[in-house]
Amino acid sequence: MTHSAKHRRWLLPIAFMSATGLLLAGCSNGSSDSETGGGDAAADCADYEQYGTFDGDEVEVYATIVDVEADQLQQSWADFEDCTGITVKYNGDQEFETQINVRVEGGSPPDLAIIPQPGLLQRMIDTGKVVDPPQSVEDNVDKWWSESWKTYGSKDGKFYAAPLMASVKGWVWYSPADFTDRGVEPPKTLDELNSLTAELAKDNSSDTYRPWCVGFESGTATGWPGTDWIEDYVLRQQGPEVYDKWVAGEVKFDSDEIRQAFDSVGEIILDPVNVNGGFGDVKTINSTTFQDAGLAILDGNCSLHHQASFYEAQWPEGTKVAEDGDVWAFLLPNEEEGQGDAVTGGGEFVAAFSDSKATQALQTYLSSDLWANNRVKLGGVISANKGLDPNNAQSPIGKEAVRILQDDKTTFRFDASDLMPAAVGSASFWTGIVDWVNGESTDKVLQGIDATWP
Amino acid sequence: MSTQINPDASPSLDTSAILTGKARGRHNASAGGQADRVKRRLTSRWATVAAIMIAFLWTIPTFGLFVASFRPQENKRQGWWTIFLDWFPTMENYGKVLGGTSISNDNLASYFINSFVITIPGTIFPLLLALMAAYAFAWIPFRGRGILFVLVFALQIVPLQMALIPLLQFFNGVDIGGTYLAVWIAHTIFGLPLAIFLLHNFVSEIPGELVEAARVDGASQTQIFFRIIIPLSLPAIASIAIFQFLWVWNDLLVALVFSGGSADVAPLTAKLANMAGNFGRNEHLLPAGAFISIIVPLIVFFALQRYFVRGLLAGSTKG
Amino acid sequence: MWQKFGVMFAGLLIFLAVIGLILFLADHAPKRGRDYVQMFVFVAPALILLGVGLIYPAIRTMMQSFTNAQGDFIGLENFVWIFTDSGSLISLRNTVVWVILVPLLSTVFGLAYAVFIDKSRGEKVLKSLVFMPMAISFVGAGIIWSFMYAYRSKGFEQTGLLNQLLVWSGLEPIQFLNSAPLNTFFLIVVLVWIQTGFAMVVLSASIKAIPVEQVEAAVLDGANGWQVFTNVTLPSIRGSLVVVVTTITIATLKVFDIVKTMTSGNNDTSVVALDMYNQAFRFNEWGHGAALAVVIFVLVLPIVIYNVRVLRKQREIR
Repeated sequence: MTHSAKHRRWLLPIAFMSATGLLLAGCSNGSSDSETGGGDAAADCADYEQYGTFDGDEVEVYATIVDVEADQLQQSWADFEDCTGITVKYNGDQEFETQINVRVEGGSPPDLAIIPQPGLLQRMIDTGKVVDPPQSVEDNVDKWWSESWKTYGSKDGKFYAAPLMASVKGWVWYSPADFTDRGVEPPKTLDELNSLTAELAKDNSSDTYRPWCVGFESGTATGWPGTDWIEDYVLRQQGPEVYDKWVAGEVKFDSDEIRQAFDSVGEIILDPVNVNGGFGDVKTINSTTFQDAGLAILDGNCSLHHQASFYEAQWPEGTKVAEDGDVWAFLLPNEEEGQGDAVTGGGEFVAAFSDSKATQALQTYLSSDLWANNRVKLGGVISANKGLDPNNAQSPIGKEAVRILQDDKTTFRFDASDLMPAAVGSASFWTGIVDWVNGESTDKVLQGIDATWP
Repeated sequence: MSTQINPDASPSLDTSAILTGKARGRHNASAGGQADRVKRRLTSRWATVAAIMIAFLWTIPTFGLFVASFRPQENKRQGWWTIFLDWFPTMENYGKVLGGTSISNDNLASYFINSFVITIPGTIFPLLLALMAAYAFAWIPFRGRGILFVLVFALQIVPLQMALIPLLQFFNGVDIGGTYLAVWIAHTIFGLPLAIFLLHNFVSEIPGELVEAARVDGASQTQIFFRIIIPLSLPAIASIAIFQFLWVWNDLLVALVFSGGSADVAPLTAKLANMAGNFGRNEHLLPAGAFISIIVPLIVFFALQRYFVRGLLAGSTKG
Repeated sequence: MWQKFGVMFAGLLIFLAVIGLILFLADHAPKRGRDYVQMFVFVAPALILLGVGLIYPAIRTMMQSFTNAQGDFIGLENFVWIFTDSGSLISLRNTVVWVILVPLLSTVFGLAYAVFIDKSRGEKVLKSLVFMPMAISFVGAGIIWSFMYAYRSKGFEQTGLLNQLLVWSGLEPIQFLNSAPLNTFFLIVVLVWIQTGFAMVVLSASIKAIPVEQVEAAVLDGANGWQVFTNVTLPSIRGSLVVVVTTITIATLKVFDIVKTMTSGNNDTSVVALDMYNQAFRFNEWGHGAALAVVIFVLVLPIVIYNVRVLRKQREIR
């Protein structure tokens, strides 16, 4: 046994104890399970036999994930490390999206990269440096994931990267108590959402109250929450076919279909009567961080906040997230009632730059239902893995999201901006939204975005 | 007006004058009290007031950050100045930042050490190499040295970003990517042009008689370098060392690329950038984190500023 | 932890040993050509490193600027893109504004401060305070100023000092970083805040080096403070002024961190250096990135040429 492996033995129990402590402290929903999945000291190595045993081999994993989520991620493969003898060197970096380019070009790519955007994955594949995954990974993906998820990890019909975690976007957060007070109910159609907004807007109980609170600020990525709004509306109003064509560049931004989405969203978030509860006028949307925005619901400064399922983590400690709790969320409704859920969402993909046996073992593990259950059990995230037991989701909203993802009737589409070329999806679409909120005309914004399509 | 005393209008790139104040100020110290009197007449009271005002304005932003770093999380929605109305300082933010918000990111302490391990050689390597080159450019006559020196100066304009990938490829080619060594070499390279340029101007000001005399005595180049050049250049070395230290300590890009971002090697700035990237969640911790990263350069600056200023003023005080 | 310091000391020792050894060997080179060997030994380490780390990349960048993302030769297309794309035109415009304002304001403030403070009471402390921002990283400065500029609407409690001051004086709070073109000026303030200290320290040292006799003579001739400043001080520190302006200009052209941390280039605040970073590293448009680098290169060229000419003249005098 190598020195470092021995070292780990000593460290592990301590690490887990503090990890659990942190989880308890850091998990805002307070629903941490005392039985923290991978944390069992005496793990059952039978589950891991198929991955083989190694002698202190190291695998570097590089990703955007930092902080508490990174702890949970590392915990999710702790048993795997113990049983296989592989040491996973995890490296979380907020500059991932630029640094991965530099590292790949510079000839020092990580063994595994957890890539949060299919668009970026495609670019990585284009460099020719992404290594073909072993058959075991493809088998897992065929077995546990839907066809569309596999497509996102493929290029020109060839499979490269397995999906990892997932999130469901398009939730509208609200306070059940606030709704009861105001005598309103979650809407069933987009029209109802508009009338709900209008109804709430009539209530001018305080200067700072508006129906919606919206925040698009997110550092370098400022504007992305706005793209989520547009994507949700395109999917719901135009349907998946138009959505797919839009992603492929066949339907331009400057088209009636997309303009309709902008107009509908604009009716809500560009009207000073509707926004920005707790923060001020329309322009404050751009300077309010997406993390802060929804918190105004708790102050009673707004009633509605549009954000993905992962917003759950932003509620302060002690906030009960449940249908009968302090806050809850409904899915942004469809055009018409009873169409079935149409949701957008996001997720990560695991690309390999090394074909070492240890790397492949970890890659296979990460694509398995075993990993999905282990990770989801730790809280905070969900996965679209079909082998995931919804009961492992650690929160009501997580369970609901898993149900939606696993429902055959759900129309799921990946976040469009993540699929588009980076020059649009993580640049001009974002900045276009920012300009739009600042008062630029819709036409100019749409044409501007089209102009940057490579 | 007959007061235009220095008609030599040709601007000279006399850096040594900057670094030592040597060039034109050699004979003023003896003027002593009289000089002071003249200068004092020129400095009005209002000028002093203005100076104090500017210093105040310049300090406020940093001071605000400092105060904000002691604010409890629940007060982050208030301006830092409210702390004076309602005194509620807490060390909690520092505790959290130093203790680490998560295990995977380690705590700041380990990044702190990385910063030192990167910065100290990252300052010494380029200084010594630059001093050697500066000496050669100034005192060893060889063909084409003028052109070579101009070339080195011109290299200052190569945008750092463009050098990253070729250099990274090189490091991986010789298999030192992601190590301290790679980071040291990178900082050495990026620090060299300015250091050579500044040191050359200083070294070339060293009186030629000294060098000649040593040569006549049979001293070798190496001996001259160690016995004459280094001791006489100490003030300039000190000032440039401080600049290089600050630059390396505060650098983010070079560290990010050449350390591979891993917690084993990456410096404090990388960690801080990660915290800032997670602004919403870390807003209350950010001032403490930022302040921790600032504190070392500030200590270095305040502790060494005597040498720094002495370096800058060497000439005028030495007489 | 100690292991890391061990690595550091080992690195330093090896470095010093290697340098010491080659210098020793150079001293004991055969007599014939010893001078040449010695010269080589002194210059070579620096030149080799510069060749690998800067000269080769610079040449590579030049060539890359004529190719597209796939590496095919496309002539001047990348440059055409720069001068037709509305985004990069805005960056160019902003860069020009930055390059004019930052050196100008930093130098003027730094010089004024150096003059005001010369020989005044508490000079050392006051100087340190103004110099302090130099010690702060761009990321740190970005954070500091984000807090300064923080904005909340009228009627809400302000968290940014500047807006609080506006509110206290009965004015409306402003979104400093949101509305072009003024937001670029507010970003420029940050770099001026940093660079003024540098200008001040260098110019102050240079002022102190002015022979007292000159000042005295001027005063005896009846010159007032301003006349002394324009007729004695300014001409004497001209050399230092050139260095200060040059250094700050080059630094300004390269700065992208401030813009990146504070606005990410949104709301028409981008600069060429940030575009270059984004094009090359975020969008993998290496050709665009390289072309932008060449543009920066060309923008600095006049400054370098000017400095080189000064340098030449200086050498001739000597």
